[in-house]
Amino acid sequence: MLQVQEEAFDPGTVLSEFTAGAGPAGAVVSFTGIVRDNGGDLDHMEIEHYPGMTEKAIGAMIHAATQRWNLTACRVIHRFGRLAPGETIMMVATASRHRAAAFEAAEYLMDYLKSRAPFWKKEVGRSGACWVESRQQDEDALKRW
Amino acid sequence: MKLDVVYFAWLRERIGIPGETVETEARDVAGLVAELTRREERYAQAFRDLSALRVAVNQELADFDAPLSGAREVAFFPPMTGG
Repeated sequence: MLQVQEEAFDPGTVLSEFTAGAGPAGAVVSFTGIVRDNGGDLDHMEIEHYPGMTEKAIGAMIHAATQRWNLTACRVIHRFGRLAPGETIMMVATASRHRAAAFEAAEYLMDYLKSRAPFWKKEVGRSGACWVESRQQDEDALKRW
Repeated sequence: MKLDVVYFAWLRERIGIPGETVETEARDVAGLVAELTRREERYAQAFRDLSALRVAVNQELADFDAPLSGAREVAFFPPMTGG
C-alpha cells in the first residue's frame, strides 16, 4: 500500500493500523524519516516529485520486496511540498512471519526510495537555498541487493 | 513527432519551465538533448554535463541512448534524493 501526499500524518496511528491489518505476521518493522536541520540554518525543506512516475516506481519496489521476503503486509507513505525541521517526511512499514525478513525488506525499500524514487529535496535556509545532492554511498547501497 | 518533455528540480529552475510539448525528429534521447541544446543558451547550460542528469522515458528510468519510438513523455532530472 502506497500514499504519496502533501498532508502530515501521525506515524503512531499509521503503525497501529498497519499492525492491526498485517495478517499472519510475527514481526513488524517500521522506519520514519524526519526533516533534519544539520547546521541550525534550515528554515524549511521543499520536496518536489514526479506525479505518476513516483507511484509507478514505488509500487514496483513494494511489489518486489513483498515477493522477495514473502511479506504479509507492506506500506509506504512519502510526503512532498513544504516541510519544517522535525516534521515527518516518510514512513516504511513491513510485516513478515519472522523478523529478519521484515528488517531486510525495510532496508531494501529505504535504499531504493533514496535513489530510485523520483523525489528531489531543496533545503531553504536563512542564508539561501540549495538542492540536496545525491551521495555515492546511497548509490553503492543498492549493490548489496 | 510530438513529445511532452518535463524537467525537475534545478534543471526545471535553470530552463525556467516545468515542461513543454516539442516537435522532434530525434531518434533517441541523446538526439533530443542535442536538439534542445541548440535552441537556446539556457538549455545548453542545463544539459552541459549529462553525467549529472538522469532521464525517464514514459515514466521509466532510461539511458541517454534509449530510442524514442513509442515515447510520449520524456523527463530530465538530477539524481533522485528520496527517503
